[in-house]
Amino acid sequence: MSRAHVYNRDHINTDEIIPARYLNTDDEQELAKHCLEDLDEGFVDKVAEGDIIVGGEDFGCGSSREHAVWAIRGAKVQTVIARTFARIFYRNAINCGFYLIESPEAPDHINDGDDIEINYEAGYVMNKTTGAEIKFNPLPDFAVEIINDGGLLEHVKKSM
Amino acid sequence: MGMTITEKILAKAANKKTVRPGELIDAKIDVVMCHDVTTPAAISMLVEKGIDKVFDKDKIVVTPDHFQPAKDVKSAELHRRLDRWARRHQITHYYELGRAGVCHALLPEQGHIRPGEVIVGGDSHTCTYGAFAAFSTGIGSTDLAAAIATGKLWFKVPASMKLVLNGSLAPGVYSKDVILAIIARIGTDGALYQAMEFVGLALSEMSMEARMTMTNMAIEAGAKNGIMAFDDTTKRYLDEHLKDEKEYTVYESDADAAYVRVEEFDCSAFEPMVALPHLPSGGVPIGDCAGEAMDQAYIGSCTNGRIEDLRIAAKILKGKKVAIRTIVVPATPTIWKQAMDEGLFDIFYDAGCVISAPTCGACLGGFMGVLAEGEKCVSTTNRNFVGRMGHPKSEVYLASPATAAASAIQGKLTDPRGYI
Repeated sequence: MSRAHVYNRDHINTDEIIPARYLNTDDEQELAKHCLEDLDEGFVDKVAEGDIIVGGEDFGCGSSREHAVWAIRGAKVQTVIARTFARIFYRNAINCGFYLIESPEAPDHINDGDDIEINYEAGYVMNKTTGAEIKFNPLPDFAVEIINDGGLLEHVKKSM
Repeated sequence: MGMTITEKILAKAANKKTVRPGELIDAKIDVVMCHDVTTPAAISMLVEKGIDKVFDKDKIVVTPDHFQPAKDVKSAELHRRLDRWARRHQITHYYELGRAGVCHALLPEQGHIRPGEVIVGGDSHTCTYGAFAAFSTGIGSTDLAAAIATGKLWFKVPASMKLVLNGSLAPGVYSKDVILAIIARIGTDGALYQAMEFVGLALSEMSMEARMTMTNMAIEAGAKNGIMAFDDTTKRYLDEHLKDEKEYTVYESDADAAYVRVEEFDCSAFEPMVALPHLPSGGVPIGDCAGEAMDQAYIGSCTNGRIEDLRIAAKILKGKKVAIRTIVVPATPTIWKQAMDEGLFDIFYDAGCVISAPTCGACLGGFMGVLAEGEKCVSTTNRNFVGRMGHPKSEVYLASPATAAASAIQGKLTDPRGYI
């Protein structure tokens, strides 16, 4: 099962996702130990592989640190669902092959602890706990292409 | 229909006649800025993918700044990875400790920023350079790796928002107050994915240093870039700072360029502003928060660590004593020496401040002034997020160098106009 960890708040920023005091490393497993530490100290103890983070508007605002995406990915989180994402965080996620789900509605239909299933290609979130089904706009084709290539560097390597 | 400066620069970089907001382009990059936090990861990626090369060793500018001089063993390792890479590729503009400084103060000062160019950097405040009529934006490590290796990046052309700054600023009110007031009005995502184009009388009366304080914080409104038109002030700065290649192209927004939003501000009515915790959009006039007790004052950073900022603070601190810990951080070695030569260090020393080496340090809770649980800091930096300068239960109050200096004397948030 993929459990939802809901943070019903806007502007969850990169300092909360991975505090700068841990930026002296870029090791993903090391960063994962501190994922969301300043937002929810207990997060890393309760998160399981494939779980989902749910946030409000402007998720990932602040720094350009890709470490924020790595910390989340390193914690084995499957995806983040938010009403909107901050620009650099969103771009970083695409560039390192991590799929994000932007949906203004989905957070209204997910409670903390709900079991969630996502169909990325068809573009819907299934809340198995409540039965709710919420559509979202899939990523644009160029972004999917980058993700399918395994990230931006693999993508640009093809034309080098 | 005409184009904005941002659109014109991106069209040129994409080798196209026109571009429109929302269009995806492949743009040629003119300058890539690299520092110690995000670049080592980019280097590792390039090595791992077997594309460990640089597109042009003259167009990559490298400076450690966040944790320099190294604050611990792990950051020393980051510096060593950066250093070995810069040497291996014989990067022309590699600023080592002693010449390294806070990147967004260093690059314009050392003549690396030209109008009409596309500049990217592995740091969100790379939008600073837009003050020079350049397109400039912050990127993460993967983008940085791609830019280093290929000199190109994909961009979605941003729509532009126009911010009209009418009137002249009153004494004691600075560009920092203006940008805090703007973000308080439009919010931390008010310009999400957009270009913030600043125009108006108040802007034309500002120095380049003051303008950079505003473009620096464009990201705090979610913007992709901040941008300002070229004028005599820009030209004077460039004449003084550009070293080798002194040529550049000046683009102006067309009269019929399209803006998604136009916001007008009467800058003559602005007062000193303080952004309360925990968002940069928490700005209120000083009158609404004066008297709040502080534990520390911080004067520095890519927002307000330039010589003009230090002069403003020194003028207020002259002959006074600070009531709280006060940390002054000249942003680059040149600014550091200039401040020393002008006698500002004597003023800071006599007032009881500490003067640090150029570093980003405490601005991001790294070192050199980190806050304990429950402590409050009035700071000239750009972010006041939870835990930004230290303990998650510490608080950051963003303000101008004048407000920070006046508050340092009183030990509480203080209107600087009483000291001017």
